[in-house]
Amino acid sequence: MTMKLNEFQQSVGDAVAETAGRKIGDVILSLEHISLAFGGVKALTDISFDVREGEIRAIIGPNGAGKSSMLNVINGVYHPQQGRIVFHGTERRAMEPHKAARQGIARTFQNIALFKGMSVLDNLMTGRVTKMHHGLLTHLLGFGPGRREELAHRQKVEEVIDFLEIQHIRKTPVGRLPYGLQKRVELGRALAAEPSLLLLDEPMAGMNVEEKEDMCRFILDVNDQMGTTIVLIEHDMGVVMDISDRVVVLDYGKKIGDGVPDDVKANPDVIKAYLGAGH
Amino acid sequence: MPESGLSRQAPGPAPDTFPRLLAEHARIRGERPAVREKEFGIWQTYTWAEAAEQVRAIACGLAEIGFKRGDRLAIIGDNRPRLYWSICAAQALGGIPVPMYQDAVAQEMAFVMADAEIRFAIAEDQEQVDKLLDVRNTVPALAHILYDDPRGMRHYAQAGLLSLDALQARGLERVMREPGFYDAEVAQGSGADVAIMLYTSGTTGTPKGVMLSHANLLVTAKNAADFDGLTERDEILSYLPMAWVGDNIFSCAQAYVTGFCINCPESSETVMTDLREIGPTYYFAPPRVFENLLTSVMIRMEDAGAIKRRLFHHFMTVAKRVGPKILDGETVSLLDRLHYGLGQLLVYGPLRNVLGFSRVRVGYTAGEAIGPEIFSFYRSLGINLKQLYGQTEGCVFICMQPHNEVFADTVGPPAPGVEIRIADNGEVLYRGPGVFQAYFKNPESTASTKTPEGWVHTGDAGYFDARGHLKIIDRAKDVGRLTDGNLFAPKYIENKLKFFPNIKEAVAFGDGRGQVCAFINIDISAVGNWAERRNLAYAGYTDLAGRPEVYALIRDCVEQVNADLAADEKMAACQIHRFLILHKELDADDGELTRTRKVRRRFIEEKYGTLIEALYDETKTSCYIETQVKYEDGRSGLIAADLRIESARVFPAAVTQRAA
Repeated sequence: MTMKLNEFQQSVGDAVAETAGRKIGDVILSLEHISLAFGGVKALTDISFDVREGEIRAIIGPNGAGKSSMLNVINGVYHPQQGRIVFHGTERRAMEPHKAARQGIARTFQNIALFKGMSVLDNLMTGRVTKMHHGLLTHLLGFGPGRREELAHRQKVEEVIDFLEIQHIRKTPVGRLPYGLQKRVELGRALAAEPSLLLLDEPMAGMNVEEKEDMCRFILDVNDQMGTTIVLIEHDMGVVMDISDRVVVLDYGKKIGDGVPDDVKANPDVIKAYLGAGH
Repeated sequence: MPESGLSRQAPGPAPDTFPRLLAEHARIRGERPAVREKEFGIWQTYTWAEAAEQVRAIACGLAEIGFKRGDRLAIIGDNRPRLYWSICAAQALGGIPVPMYQDAVAQEMAFVMADAEIRFAIAEDQEQVDKLLDVRNTVPALAHILYDDPRGMRHYAQAGLLSLDALQARGLERVMREPGFYDAEVAQGSGADVAIMLYTSGTTGTPKGVMLSHANLLVTAKNAADFDGLTERDEILSYLPMAWVGDNIFSCAQAYVTGFCINCPESSETVMTDLREIGPTYYFAPPRVFENLLTSVMIRMEDAGAIKRRLFHHFMTVAKRVGPKILDGETVSLLDRLHYGLGQLLVYGPLRNVLGFSRVRVGYTAGEAIGPEIFSFYRSLGINLKQLYGQTEGCVFICMQPHNEVFADTVGPPAPGVEIRIADNGEVLYRGPGVFQAYFKNPESTASTKTPEGWVHTGDAGYFDARGHLKIIDRAKDVGRLTDGNLFAPKYIENKLKFFPNIKEAVAFGDGRGQVCAFINIDISAVGNWAERRNLAYAGYTDLAGRPEVYALIRDCVEQVNADLAADEKMAACQIHRFLILHKELDADDGELTRTRKVRRRFIEEKYGTLIEALYDETKTSCYIETQVKYEDGRSGLIAADLRIESARVFPAAVTQRAA
């Protein structure tokens, strides 16, 4: 019983410590003069911007502007021909996806990339793979250190399930879920990796208004409660302007705007790119 | 005598309040589970001893922020252990908990908050806190808002907001400082104190606060628990709204009386999974839940392979024939018994397991009439499903069915300790240990509902059948008389019609007339499906409803109802002589139904007056009508149709064999 009482007091202490509002820290990721080309096609031309710790940073732009390419450069799927990336003080030409993952960068994809035949729970467990230390054989044993490790990971995953309110689909194969829920599961898998930087590629594409509102709330909660830095690509301007701290605007692989949402909205180049020259 | 067991350790009178019972359980079964909650995918257990500690911490915390004897504590949220403990904590301080529906909107809450003069409220989470903050604009007395789940609450800086964690921490400080405080508070309580206040919407307008005493709840709960032989080893899933009297009886009073364990589901969406994992032994659900479950089983079976489907249908036929008899302990031939045993192995056992009913010893349903088909489906599977009749004003139990006397069409004989009287107008009155103290601040309503001798008007009409079981037929105010003086209970007839899957809605007429006639709404999905299978093309509802084939289908149903009514001497005069199928579905948007899908009789009588006249005009076989309808986007349009009127066969009263 006394243990339970101690837990009370401790959680009260935690609650007090948490009352400080969210704060935005130093630059943790900076991209300098990035250029990326596929043969003769220039996807990105001389793009520089930075991401501060704890902020929500949006990348917007018309179709084909290079938004997804930018995200792929950040987590190392594409290697830019020019420019450099500084992440947590370490400078490099290009990231490697598996190294990026180990350094705390997690992402979701524009067209959901989950294991359709596996349950939600198992999909989330795959998000823990970078944190697993024991080998296949130890896990196959079903007891001992492998088992203990699995239990610890399962607990983390359950916290994510609770956070995203997907308890009711825990054991459901992902392929049977509606699209909006699959998107949420994909976010869950990224969160299971406990990332410090979360990249979201169109998290709200194809959702109805209610699903979008839910997703917005989850993104804000992730940022607020877990202190995760978020870089997101999104088409819905209302959403972007509402939830992001700073916005970078791309068009035809070039940066045409960067700043807080209100500035970006007033930027004539941005208006031109989005609404056409006539306006 | 259970008291003798307790008095071994606790001399003195038997505990007569919730907090005293809690202390008693902590002493004699401290290590047994009191509450379970699924959290992070794992069932967490709290023992009675832990529950007592938690309640003490909450109570002392409430005292610290100024909660006094007689104060009301609003509780809003899903079924969570700490919300249940808060109920007891308020009672320990001599306060009155007021649980409220978690899906109520802010305005609805504001009325109750103002009426009950609430200063303290406990909310489950951010969603409820937001509503309460909204309410506080109109009800400034609401000074303290406590919350269980801190998620999303970090940036709230409003005055009077406090997490339950922080409240309990303050309570623990009080416990350290003044160890005897809690026990002294509990000692001041008595069984006659008001233990809880539950708001009922009633059928007439504004909600009224029903005040129930500790003795009301505990004596009624104990009577019913003894009736069904409930023990500390029983398990229940607490998933019904805490503001509803039933949850208070099942999850609080009966748990406190017997010491059984309540289980809180992980979330409202996971109830079916949680039900299966817990496997409760004692279960309550409204008829709608059983109906939906049956539908989903049937749909899943249609998708199953041919062998499985054949197996299922074969054994369900066997179960229908012998299952209820076996459950009631009647004699069944050895061959049937073996056949049923095989079915148990292959079908009934696995099916019960999937539904989460493997361990149910006692199951109840109440609230509205349950279809006999649905009722017998569960009983034939070997699930001891029974019916009861109850009201908030009577602590639920007014009538309940004993183990071997279960019928689909009655609610059973009076519950232990309850007396029932039928008034001249057919209204059911009862008196017993559970009868409420009064409506809060509403002496007029109290006087009109409860007589000085303690009889309570239920507002329902009913009668006792030959077996001594009460049969509820309708709301008393809707019951009328035919010109020959026979009772006319429209809802009773309509329910019988609606039990057919092909009939969605029905409206019966007969008050002050010579015979009964009815409007029918077909169920477009059921009848549509039937039509497709017979290659019957149709353009829409109106077209399908007017088909002679459909009329024949519905006439069959009506005649079955007539045969059924003829077998009941009190209702034989209510057989339906003529009927028509309406050209449009009755709709709440057109004002024909309430939002809860109850028929608005007076409105329909006015709107469709010409149709009713035609029904009673024997010379007419059809009637032309134009009706204005409202579409969902707010536009309106006209539907016109020439409706056929058909006669149905009626049967001589009290025929011995039931025509099928």
